[in-house]
Amino acid sequence: MQFLIDNFWALTITGLTLGAVYALVALGYTLVYGVLRLINFAHSEVFMYGTFAALWVVMFLGGKAGGGTGQVIFWIAMMFVAAMTMSGLIAVLLERFAYRPLRKRNAPPLIALISAIGASFVLAEIMGLREKIVAWVGLEDNLRAYVRNSRNAVGLPDIVAKEPVFTIGGYAVTNVDIFVIVGAITIMVILDQFVKRSRLGRGIRAVAQDPEAAALMGVNRDRVIQVTFLVGGVMAGAAAVFYLLRIGITRYDAGFLLGVKAFTAAVLGGIGNLRGALLGGFVLGLAENYGSAIVGTEWKDVVAFVLLIVILLFRPTGLLGESLGKARA
Amino acid sequence: MRSTLKFAVPLAVAALALGACGTTGGTSNTPAASGGAAACGDYKIGMFGALTGPNANLGIYIQNGVNLALDDYNKKHPDCKVTLENYDSQGDPTQAPALAKKAIDDKKVVGIVGPAFSGESKAANPAFAEAGLVHITPSATNPALAENGWKTFFRVLGNDATQGPAAAKYIKDTVKATKVFVIDDASEYGKGLADIVRQDLGSTVVGNDTIQQKQTDFGASVTKVTASGADALFFGGYSPEAAPLIKQLRDAGWKGTFVVADGVKDQSFIDNAQAAAEGTVITCPCVPADVAPDFQAAYKAKFNEDPNTYSGEGYDSATILLDGIAAGKDRATMVDFVKAYDKPGVTKQLKFDAKGEVTDVKVFAYKVEGGKIVSVGEIK
Repeated sequence: MQFLIDNFWALTITGLTLGAVYALVALGYTLVYGVLRLINFAHSEVFMYGTFAALWVVMFLGGKAGGGTGQVIFWIAMMFVAAMTMSGLIAVLLERFAYRPLRKRNAPPLIALISAIGASFVLAEIMGLREKIVAWVGLEDNLRAYVRNSRNAVGLPDIVAKEPVFTIGGYAVTNVDIFVIVGAITIMVILDQFVKRSRLGRGIRAVAQDPEAAALMGVNRDRVIQVTFLVGGVMAGAAAVFYLLRIGITRYDAGFLLGVKAFTAAVLGGIGNLRGALLGGFVLGLAENYGSAIVGTEWKDVVAFVLLIVILLFRPTGLLGESLGKARA
Repeated sequence: MRSTLKFAVPLAVAALALGACGTTGGTSNTPAASGGAAACGDYKIGMFGALTGPNANLGIYIQNGVNLALDDYNKKHPDCKVTLENYDSQGDPTQAPALAKKAIDDKKVVGIVGPAFSGESKAANPAFAEAGLVHITPSATNPALAENGWKTFFRVLGNDATQGPAAAKYIKDTVKATKVFVIDDASEYGKGLADIVRQDLGSTVVGNDTIQQKQTDFGASVTKVTASGADALFFGGYSPEAAPLIKQLRDAGWKGTFVVADGVKDQSFIDNAQAAAEGTVITCPCVPADVAPDFQAAYKAKFNEDPNTYSGEGYDSATILLDGIAAGKDRATMVDFVKAYDKPGVTKQLKFDAKGEVTDVKVFAYKVEGGKIVSVGEIK
């Protein structure tokens, strides 16, 4: 306990940076749940593909330690472009091939859930076997740097030098810490405004509230669902960039545990509620760090899930409740 | 259920791959030229370990050493060559028993180099012991393997019970650390090593932590290490966790010495941790290439690179078996031959105690310098 008090700020800042990643991925779960009442378990893989896209684009551009400020900004911008494009694309393809055909046949929700789990394996294993897949199509010589040792972890080149910016309670807050927290909050504010004010955002809320009435009012439901998946994917892509900057490595199975955590964050905040996902992500990131400090790092995941159960006991709909369809979303 | 399936898919693929190459495995080496003299047994030795899959590097380094020993032997005995039979386990304990049976059923196989890893050893060795087929491991370091009463088990390197004290000694005497933090990954290997280091260092240990395998964010551990003021950190675990751990520690401005064991002696650790890996101390019971210059030169001439982790141990293991064949031993008499063996190898004096452990145990220290793992000498 004394340790927690002495290192409160260090644990808080590192907890918030991880929480920001959880929150952005949680948005994808929450948005899809809001419009479809479906837990998109393959969303963790959407995130994982984003991390690889961001990594590959840096490798392709020859990113390395010691670049000038302009270069570093360019590399990070390209990471966002690549990761958001890749994750958005994967999310849209998922909707098109794993969910829409089922929806057209009025399959029960459970079937869509199984389809989600199946899609998750397929995507993860494709990434894990990319070395072999590339060899089948005869491109292994051209792409070796990108696919070799495809079941091992791959590291992002040290493109950003982490430098302390200011000190708070003995902890030197770095430029990356600030970038991750501020960046994630900015992106979420933009999303919040998009859902609140834009025409498409209104469509999303309408479908979430009452799909049939929305259709009668001329909302194209398929289109709205597609946009929802796209937006969720793009958020996961942004999360992937923050994750890479923070953690530095990724692997074909990196999505699984993070996906479970992000889903937890979404439920914690109130699934279907955008601001809830943000709050849930930060609360989870902090709880994990504080819990690790008090009872030991090996209990990190236990703390997170005990917290979830306790909160759901008292607030079954999560901290902020389900409300994508409500006006305040 | 999800994780079971995640295993099942690669397993199915692996099984297909194995099936496809199983028929060619025996002929990958030049087959014995002619029958030659009537005394020639047309013998084979087996190489048991990961030759494909994520851990293939380690198996291939060993296999190269074994091939070199075979070349030497076949040059001296051109009329009665010995061939190599590969048993590619992919480092997977679930595949090991079937491969062991295959080796046992092939009566021409008089001895095995391997199994390379501790997990697959546990799975395959009981069958070898029952069949009386001798197996010399160049790399499996779990101490408990020697405690099973397997008469056919031999190990040409020190186990983790010797590596732990050596790591503690290095931290105390060479790094001269006054405050040491110890982290383990809760695995049998990592926790075992870390516990030995904790015990040996006693009061200089200022803090402990346990992480989980596959964990990638170490925010809380990093805070614990920096807050403790430790000038050295020992991590018992493998490279997938070691790389992000040291990276995040360096990002947080920690300047102490990072000490790890053979589970991290792997180029992928440096590839992933990059600049943060510099200065990392790695202990390993494996002998560095420059200890045996003749072996190093011969290896380099054949494979165009320096001998790597456990290549020398692979060479020594194979040499013992080949000496046995030269002395006219077959599968049944090989066990006693190895038991009585006492000759200098390229890595050390090769002589075993009653449990099959090599008696001359050496642990070496390595350091990451300029993106490479370089030897800094034996820990004495």
